[in-house]
Amino acid sequence: MTEVAVVAFAQAPNVRRTHGTTNGVEMLVPIFDEVYTRTGLSKADIGFWCSGSSDYLAGRAFSFISAVDAIGAFPPIHESHVEMDAAWALYEAWLKIRMGEVDTALVYGFGKSSAGDLRRVLSLQLDPYTVAPLWPDSVSIAALQARLGLESGRWTEKDLAEVAARSRRDATGNPRAQFGGETDVAALLDADPVADPLRRHDIAPVTDGAAVIVLASAERARDLADRPAVIGGIEHRIDTPSLGARDLTTSPSTRLAGEAVGTDGVEVAELHAPFTHQELIVRDELGLGDAVRINPSGGTLTGNPMFSAGLARIGEAAQRILDGEATRTLGHATSGPALQQNLVTVLERG
Amino acid sequence: MAKQRAAVLGTGQTHHRSKRTDVSMPGLLREAVDRAMVDADVGWSDIDAVVVGKAPDLFEGVMMPELFLADALGANGKPLLRVHTAGSVGGSTALVAASLVQSGVHRRVLTVAFEKQSESNAMWALSIRVPFTMPVGAGAGGYFAPHVRSYLRRSGAPEHVGAVVAAKDRRNGALNPHAHLRQSDITVDSVRASQMLWDPIRYDETCPSSDGACAMVIGDERAGDDSPAPAWIHATAMRTEPTTFAGRDQVNPQAGKDAATELWRQAGITDPLSQVDTAEIYVPFSWFEPMWLENLGFAADGEGWKLTEAGETALTGRLPVNPSGGVLSSNPIGASGMLRFSEAAKQVMGRAGDYQVDGARTALGHAYGGGSQYFSMWLVGAVKPT
Repeated sequence: MTEVAVVAFAQAPNVRRTHGTTNGVEMLVPIFDEVYTRTGLSKADIGFWCSGSSDYLAGRAFSFISAVDAIGAFPPIHESHVEMDAAWALYEAWLKIRMGEVDTALVYGFGKSSAGDLRRVLSLQLDPYTVAPLWPDSVSIAALQARLGLESGRWTEKDLAEVAARSRRDATGNPRAQFGGETDVAALLDADPVADPLRRHDIAPVTDGAAVIVLASAERARDLADRPAVIGGIEHRIDTPSLGARDLTTSPSTRLAGEAVGTDGVEVAELHAPFTHQELIVRDELGLGDAVRINPSGGTLTGNPMFSAGLARIGEAAQRILDGEATRTLGHATSGPALQQNLVTVLERG
Repeated sequence: MAKQRAAVLGTGQTHHRSKRTDVSMPGLLREAVDRAMVDADVGWSDIDAVVVGKAPDLFEGVMMPELFLADALGANGKPLLRVHTAGSVGGSTALVAASLVQSGVHRRVLTVAFEKQSESNAMWALSIRVPFTMPVGAGAGGYFAPHVRSYLRRSGAPEHVGAVVAAKDRRNGALNPHAHLRQSDITVDSVRASQMLWDPIRYDETCPSSDGACAMVIGDERAGDDSPAPAWIHATAMRTEPTTFAGRDQVNPQAGKDAATELWRQAGITDPLSQVDTAEIYVPFSWFEPMWLENLGFAADGEGWKLTEAGETALTGRLPVNPSGGVLSSNPIGASGMLRFSEAAKQVMGRAGDYQVDGARTALGHAYGGGSQYFSMWLVGAVKPT
């Protein structure tokens, strides 16, 4: 089957609030332009389009339909959409190239979280008959997960603060990050909890944003980028939605996906962890040792654009290869409450 | 490298009703899934991945319901994908499931699409406020009626042809034990006597709101060879265009024409009317039958209504269209596209029961969505593609 490579990645600035519509068009047009410029491709050269977004985040049905206005989709295009993080749209596009149907694809994700109250919106992902009516919000559920890890000795509050401090420090080198800077772990730990035991620094910010990746068959990729990032493997799995039915300090779906792609020899990993303790879970499940550089972009803790943050992790991991800084990197995306669903991809210098 | 061959191994669907209050969402899906797995003669351990499709989450009031449905779909520890491409989603979902096999990633994939409209109110979920779309009010009928009026003006079709479609589809639906509306005694005259809703669309020319689900198991070449009567996938196509732009032909959209051209090209079909035995076409309002016959290339522009009027789209006609009763008889929105795809498969598998088209060897499944802007289709056959 055809090998597939990432040839370009761009993301909109991660910001607390945009003035644009929930269509994403205002965030998408400039970043489409970036990847067109970088690859020399135009709209007419793209064989398949696939996006990820959410109607609930936008607050209305069919929000993704207006997003195709960012493309200028006439003459008509070969296009699909997942109601998931766009990392899964990338998976669908990967299939289309792999099966030889097309040799280029453009994948994008967008979300305007500022349009609603994110932690309550995400409550509507829960079982509508028995759980959602109680309105447990996304931060509270993550706090339960963090608490279980503290009590079992899996991590300490200091471990979590160190993840936050490292992320903020790294984000200073990322012009698209929402914030960054030097912080003192002791000072972070002095803050009051927001959702005990989670403090502000443990929780990803609310972010408006968008991201785009261009994929190409490995053969075509050589013409489009100097150092294409070849997808060595891409796998995803889901766990039970029942929060009481699994050990929340683990992520079996991450482990299965990681084992299926093979994570040995990874130099850099971009992990989609909207909470500090979740980075520790994912890192452990993927068997990433101390030598692996985690989230050099600053990661999700310094910018969490819903429905494109996972795609952006793959983009950041690919960028290290496109820039010639690494030869084998890993991108991870998550979806659902408490790391319910996870995707892992390994990228390699072609 | 060429696509791997793939085939439908089994199909299943719920009994569609306006309110399936006897089951939860997981219960509704399992009704379809369990039937598809029995039909395909597979167990849970045979399923490598699950692909779920449905129309907007606002129709049930659950954000990304596939997350909470993972248990009921036996997806834990497996890959689960969720597709959403408006009304065409049931078709697009089937195509994503097919891609998982055609790309050589998986051997057997379970795919399911559903809508439980009684959990919410689809008409108002579809009435999107300005500034995102122009205010048409009153859901899909108000949106599409002007397109139908335009078709009547352009084609000069006599006004009873819509009623011919409605009476045919509802009578076909009466032969389908799963159909929501089963009206064996409906006539062209009774349709024409029904209440006018959105001129020229009358009450009996309008799809119902249904709760329902549809599932299929799609397998690779080896699984197809082992199956007693698979439906081989001969061609697939998807196309999209924007909702609104100056000069857009909403009656005969370019995206639909392009998708059909691609489909016929892949399958080596040069004369669809002669070479296709039956078609399950997404017809939510009666007049969309002649409109899509033209868009798909079964008839020349302005001529589609003549096939319908002459009875050529009836069960005994030259190209039986919607022998299952179609969307006019059952409309669980998210599942309606997959029903078209699976009913096409059932015809070539010889499993369509009382609405089986004699000698059906090649069948079209078609779905569209949004403002006539999302199209997905497949062509299935009783014989393995060469």
